[in-house]
Amino acid sequence: MQIDYLLILKAFLIGGILCVIAQILIDKTKLTPAYILVGYVCSGVLLNGLGIYPKLVKWAGAGATVPLTGFGNTLAEGVKQAIEKDGAFGIIYGGISATAAGITAAILFALLWSILFKSKNK
Amino acid sequence: MNRKQYIEFAEGRAKRTSSLKNCIWAFITGGMICVIGQLLFFVYSTFMKDEKSAYSLASVTLVFLAGLLTGLGLFDKFANFAGAGTLVPITGFANAVASPAIEGKSEGYIKGVATQMFVIAGPVIVYGSASSVIYGIIYYIYMVIAGNI
Repeated sequence: MQIDYLLILKAFLIGGILCVIAQILIDKTKLTPAYILVGYVCSGVLLNGLGIYPKLVKWAGAGATVPLTGFGNTLAEGVKQAIEKDGAFGIIYGGISATAAGITAAILFALLWSILFKSKNK
Repeated sequence: MNRKQYIEFAEGRAKRTSSLKNCIWAFITGGMICVIGQLLFFVYSTFMKDEKSAYSLASVTLVFLAGLLTGLGLFDKFANFAGAGTLVPITGFANAVASPAIEGKSEGYIKGVATQMFVIAGPVIVYGSASSVIYGIIYYIYMVIAGNI
């Protein structure tokens, strides 16, 4: 296994900064977590379009892919590749198909946990 | 200083320091979650050739772990001081899917679990896919004008 220690440091830095931005937004504005999540995904799409996010992924690895902006980046990347492959039809399937693993995992595991666990609040 | 005065004093201090303290905790926890993701990537890239797939599997693993911690009731305790540090990484999304799903169990598996699951995930998927389509349309037009399609 090859471990790039500098990459770990960069992942920590970028991941941390992306979280601090959200923390400031939560503390200073009335944005709820749902707005933050939606905003981060849409920002990821936009930053991919501007060509910034792919560079950030290259530089900071998981520091860029793990935050939800990375989810948006994957959506945008998927659309681009699908269009290059299938033309206009790619517009409609590219995004979700590229993020299918994350979405399916979140849904499937949530179902599993809801079978295994009971609410702790009651 | 009596108890009431102390509470006022503590609250005053808390207000001033909370934002900075929140940011520091968000930075540390958010950074650490990304480091775990990076380490998982190093493990997965020993048997996966495609970097994107290895990063994707690392995220899926974090989704699994965040859901498990949610089920065990530990995620909320962690999120209380981590704030955006656990929200922004994919763990926040996983928690936002798993937590209402588990809460909804008492209302059954259709109206409870399956419906509640999308309370926050729904908006994320709706606006995520909508923005990807808008982006796709712009990219397609660009490609046509550039003569690549």
